[in-house]
Amino acid sequence: MTRIRWHIVVFLAPAVIVYTAVMVFPLFNTLRLALYARAEEGRVFVGLDNFRTLFFDPVWADQFWNALGNNFWFFLVHMLVQNPIGIALAALLSHPRLRFAALYRSAIFIPTILSFVIVGFAWKLILSPIWGIAPSMLDAVGLKALFAPWLGREEYALTTLALISVWQFVGIPMMLIYAALLSIPDEILEAGEVDGITGLAAFWKIKLPLILPSIGIISILTFVGNFNAFDLIYAAQGALAGPDFSTDILGTFMYRTFFGFQLQLGDPHMGSAIAGAMFAIILVGVCLYLFGIQSRMRRYQL
Amino acid sequence: MSSARRNPLNAAAMHGALILYTLIALFPVFVILINSFKERRAIFREPLALPDGESFSLIGYQTVLKQGDFLLYFQNSMIVTVGSLFFILLFGAMAAYALSEYRFRGSLLMGLYLALGIMIPIRIGTVAILEMMVATGLVNTLWALILVYTAQGLPLAVFILSEFMRQVSDDLKNAGRIDGLSEYTIFFRLVLPLVRPAMATVAVFNMIPIWNDLWFPLILAPSEETKTLTLGSQVFIGQFVTDWNAVLSALSMAILPVLVLYVIFSRQLIRGITSGAVK
Repeated sequence: MTRIRWHIVVFLAPAVIVYTAVMVFPLFNTLRLALYARAEEGRVFVGLDNFRTLFFDPVWADQFWNALGNNFWFFLVHMLVQNPIGIALAALLSHPRLRFAALYRSAIFIPTILSFVIVGFAWKLILSPIWGIAPSMLDAVGLKALFAPWLGREEYALTTLALISVWQFVGIPMMLIYAALLSIPDEILEAGEVDGITGLAAFWKIKLPLILPSIGIISILTFVGNFNAFDLIYAAQGALAGPDFSTDILGTFMYRTFFGFQLQLGDPHMGSAIAGAMFAIILVGVCLYLFGIQSRMRRYQL
Repeated sequence: MSSARRNPLNAAAMHGALILYTLIALFPVFVILINSFKERRAIFREPLALPDGESFSLIGYQTVLKQGDFLLYFQNSMIVTVGSLFFILLFGAMAAYALSEYRFRGSLLMGLYLALGIMIPIRIGTVAILEMMVATGLVNTLWALILVYTAQGLPLAVFILSEFMRQVSDDLKNAGRIDGLSEYTIFFRLVLPLVRPAMATVAVFNMIPIWNDLWFPLILAPSEETKTLTLGSQVFIGQFVTDWNAVLSALSMAILPVLVLYVIFSRQLIRGITSGAVK
């Protein structure tokens, strides 16, 4: 007979209870709520009807696929702009003879600590044609013709917001890659130097393969963060994600559906269905990463 | 290694690129801060000029302090952030100790269960969280936020702290046991002080996202008495869109506390990230 060691229970209980009650249980409860619909009194079980409505009913499906497509574009801009810039900055910062590295590092990280509200409004003001900072700066370099009210135009708004988000979060890939680069032992680089591999060649041939696992982690963090994003769009464009829903992503779509806006009433069950779709997308992404990428990636023993 | 020393042009190019990006990173913050101290006409006439004797004005700050209850919002944000950090660290360290110190049936499974939450965002469960908070009467209280942020922060905290606790020497703990200390005393008196650096890392990681969150304050605690600084400035700015002085001042007032915290904790934060705590 095994004796219960009570102190283990006491140590584990608070964390497990809070985590289960506030995170795990509501997560599954939300997925369950997605299978119901509001009725005259209380709710009725409707199976997968909500998902059918979400994916195929013309009124809902248009909005859903629009938000999903926008979300993928949002993610793509991060992958193509944020992560390469972050890697480039980290490569520069990790140069052993660079002076003021700590200063640059701290300054470039500042946008990351600001809230979306500050970032959203600050950029809205700077890009605003009324204030004219952006047009007059473009004018100074002779490119005034390029200016457009980027946040107000359907074709540019989403990309502009994605780039603002890139501006804000570039510090995270920069820091993680920087840490990975610092952990590469000097002997390896010196061995390369003896063989005549220096400078850019050393980066492409020696350092990049060694930091691939970190790039993988950054990609999955970006993926989860982007498919869960809401705040920046809400702060800059409001719950309607204007102009004409061109900046609508899954987070804003779920918020609008769940809480309602203007004339549309909030619907917790459709909101749950959208949350279910988000959960599935994130789960697929995380599984692809864990089983498809991470387990196949070559890890070098350093 | 020595290419920068050999080639001064190379070093200049590196500094050029870094300075350019630093300017891009700081420019918006700089523009907001300097214009918040200027009168309305100067904001539009010369947005990039520093405030001088003629254009200096605090009118925006006066509007903000008169109209918005920023002191209360600030206090709410403080309570929520400090409260959540306290529970994340206490509960997280206790669970991490149980997982790293004792072998028991299901310990591996328990570790996996707690680690699941690192990748799955808590926002997915928002509909049911709100329903639960309404049912328990916690909606529009700061407790709702503290509970949610504690649950959100625990998985990563347990993960990081248990890694560190594995490194605490067994001899020390066993010496305590021989001296007749209880398991609780060993944890609180011997182990906790030794993992303080890791606790600071966890605290700094959690502090910024909690302070800046807009989603949960908007949904769980939007009432006037419980607004956090982030939500409060969002609502305030939304109402005063056309009053540029007020908007710029409100933004500056939201930026400053975070900047001060960053200056205090940036070494801890950067050391935390670069020590490879998130592997």
